[in-house]
Amino acid sequence: MSFLPNSDDDIRLMCKEIGVDSPEDLFVDIPSRVKNPGIELPSPLSEQEAFHSIVRIGNTNRRVCSLVGGGVYNHYVPAVVDHLSSRSEFYTAYTPYQPEVSQGTLAAIFEFQTYMCRLTGMDVANASMYDGATALAESMLMAVRTTKKNTVLCSAAVHPHYRQVLATYAWASDIVLQIVPYKNGSTNYDELSHILHNDVACVIVQSPNFFGVIEDIAKAAQIAHEHKALCIVTFTEAMSLGLLESPGQLGADIVCGEGQSLGNYPACGGPLLGILACRKEFMRTIPGRLIGKTVDQEGREAYVMTLQTREQHIRRERATSNICTNEGLCALRASMYLSLVGNKLLELATVNHTAASYCLEKLVALGYERVFDAPFFNEFVIKINNAKDVRNKLMDNGYALGIPLDTYYPEMSDCLLIAVTECTAKDDIDTLVTLLQTI
Amino acid sequence: MVSTMQTIFSLHKKGKNKYTVPQFGEKSFDPIPEHLCRSKLDLVDVSEVDVVRHYRKLSSLNFGVDNGMYPLGSCTMKYNPKINDAVASLVQFTGQHPATIEELSQGALQIMYELSQMLCAITGMKRFTLMPAAGAHGELTGVMIIKKYFEIKGERRNVILIPDSAHGTNPASVAMCGFTVKEIPSNSDGDVDIDALRAAMDENVAAMMLTCPNTLGLFDRNIITIAEILHTHGALFYCDGANLNAIVGKVRPADLGFDIMHVNLHKTFSTPHGGGGPGSGPIGVVETLSPFMPVPVIEKKDAQYYLEYNRPQSIGRVHSFYGNFLIMLRAYTYIRMLGASGLKQVAEHAVVNANYLRVKLQTHFNLPYKRICMHEFVINDEGMPGGITTNEIAKRLLDYGFHAPTVYFPLIVHGAIMVEPTETEHKETLDAFVDAMVAIKNEAHTNPEVLKAAPLTTPVRKVDAVLAARKPVLQWEE
Repeated sequence: MSFLPNSDDDIRLMCKEIGVDSPEDLFVDIPSRVKNPGIELPSPLSEQEAFHSIVRIGNTNRRVCSLVGGGVYNHYVPAVVDHLSSRSEFYTAYTPYQPEVSQGTLAAIFEFQTYMCRLTGMDVANASMYDGATALAESMLMAVRTTKKNTVLCSAAVHPHYRQVLATYAWASDIVLQIVPYKNGSTNYDELSHILHNDVACVIVQSPNFFGVIEDIAKAAQIAHEHKALCIVTFTEAMSLGLLESPGQLGADIVCGEGQSLGNYPACGGPLLGILACRKEFMRTIPGRLIGKTVDQEGREAYVMTLQTREQHIRRERATSNICTNEGLCALRASMYLSLVGNKLLELATVNHTAASYCLEKLVALGYERVFDAPFFNEFVIKINNAKDVRNKLMDNGYALGIPLDTYYPEMSDCLLIAVTECTAKDDIDTLVTLLQTI
Repeated sequence: MVSTMQTIFSLHKKGKNKYTVPQFGEKSFDPIPEHLCRSKLDLVDVSEVDVVRHYRKLSSLNFGVDNGMYPLGSCTMKYNPKINDAVASLVQFTGQHPATIEELSQGALQIMYELSQMLCAITGMKRFTLMPAAGAHGELTGVMIIKKYFEIKGERRNVILIPDSAHGTNPASVAMCGFTVKEIPSNSDGDVDIDALRAAMDENVAAMMLTCPNTLGLFDRNIITIAEILHTHGALFYCDGANLNAIVGKVRPADLGFDIMHVNLHKTFSTPHGGGGPGSGPIGVVETLSPFMPVPVIEKKDAQYYLEYNRPQSIGRVHSFYGNFLIMLRAYTYIRMLGASGLKQVAEHAVVNANYLRVKLQTHFNLPYKRICMHEFVINDEGMPGGITTNEIAKRLLDYGFHAPTVYFPLIVHGAIMVEPTETEHKETLDAFVDAMVAIKNEAHTNPEVLKAAPLTTPVRKVDAVLAARKPVLQWEE
């Protein structure tokens, strides 16, 4: 298959105009001893062959009833979102450098920023980051820049992958990253108070945390602020923001996390949607694109990328971040999703919680142990004897039951992190319970 | 076309939203205490018809590759084959959860594994990671790998060399890893100034980052020498692969002496830019740098694909999961369709198209570097009648139905206009672009007011960026 419109004759004609005999003459600057190497790739395919070949590969992926969360969640994506985001005026455009022909992207991202402010309780949200983990890492860098302090405290109940990314970024920037232990499924706030000192840039907690437990954000913020540290609240399940009090209301300074749940698919883990929002006093230190409202020369409402002197293409090594391309189309999908679902997000989030509570109730009734007795949103931890065996057997029967936690927390053997969303029907749970009784 | 811009919020009216949430049919068995719940939710109340018409209208205010030629230099705005999106919409891929990928999604791992192998074949690198979510993320990952390499060697090197023509992401990525940037000037031919490079070399230099071909659209004729100078001093050579489209299939960067590179799947490998992402910026390295790659890496044993975490010298994790899988899937599709011969033709046609435009335009516009170019070239506004500027030319091009080229970059050319036609434009389209540019030049003589007022036909007229920055309004307020 080829997407080259020029014929051999066209190419000949163009070469003649250029004043060369053949395209090869245009590659004179490449050293000849390394030019035109033999590259071994599979033979070219027609579109039809490529499609069928990839469908065959896709069919080796197994579709099951998945009660797996831990950073990516299975939520229904309304048809409107796929339909509208497939308009190629959106997805074949670049970053909106020319605002006069990019108002569609700009206005939709402005809406995204608005929605993120309203969900997080923050004043400013950027146009997106790569994913939740890198949004958190950039939030950490922002806190270090703002406070000019170099130690960061992060709760052990923050997603282990997020902590790993934090560790990578902290190492690269010579930041000291310290982990605050958890207790009964939440951040150990006594321990946090004990460790915290005035040279700490920020305290990082996740809510709902990796165990699904809703953290006491107000307490985290209060403790952080007593020591002039910023409070960063992260989340992996954006759906929870529909029901839970916004982190901003509870005292957070920076709120960041993963927005995949808002109209984007699990997709084997990407693309995802990083969200980063902050209080207005940090506006000029926020990384990434910001879209601002303005007017055109005839006084009409218009949108444009703004405060760009923070960014790499202007400020180079003194920029607030190196980020350039973000996850624009995922943010656009989130705008569409939230416009459609609107304030029904509260009801939808409530269904998530209710379904999860039902599942937990049924599992406890089977004699399994609820590990943390604390309020949760749509994820919880359950302890099952020989959890891995049970999980494997269930997988052969069409169920993916949670994530084994001892991978990340060696002390939590036989513990599974289970997620339930509106996509998990009551029948699915009842069938699961029946299966568990027979395994 | 006259339009009144409006956001979704202007359509808000209580009671319009009829979206129906599926009911679970139970009450919570463990209600969340009220003090943890939100006191108000204030999104929007609109109908599904509102939503559809609103975003359809917004789409009409946008210009994408599917609307017309998009010669944005260094951005490689080529046609995005629709089959890419068709395979990326398959539920076999979109519905799969990353945490169970080894157990349930061997097919997805196969795609990633094979894509890595194909990128190795194309670039000559020994191993690729697909985790970085964009080019700049790849650069950052790459600079971290450089840092780790010297850390493990026990060498403290804190300088990274960057040519003055580099993308802004290069110095920004370097700074995020605690390195100092030392800028290396270009010579009058647009190549790296070798004497300046030699003078800058010492035991503090960890690496040099070079865009290849560079942002002037030129293939540096001293590239082998540069590699030798760096390697003699124990430094590494990083290739910013943003412009790989010019040389894909024609030369493997590893053969030129590069040790590490990123590629932009959303440029060379035809995945759409999405109005600013998602992209994908895989990093490839030579054998010696392989231990430092981020975790997990994908391995294959006995026809099973698995994730390997036991990599003690790794820089660690750089993404929540494995990177932008659906973008990788699109690039995989593209490479499978084109094969090695097709990719080589991509580079040849891209370079022919760019040189054709260069030759046609150089009689009308100032061309600071008068050489055969690769996939792009840079002209500027020097000598434009009536002091017409690059920005005015760019805005007027919008009226003629073209997206503007990249403007005011690279910084080493005053008033730069960086034109990258890509291989997917036909000669007739290029001729029309030349006609538009020549017409604009003529307007500069005959009717400069129209250029100063441009754009005239776009959905909105010139946008007031100064006001936006002076009084930032970053969210909708009633």
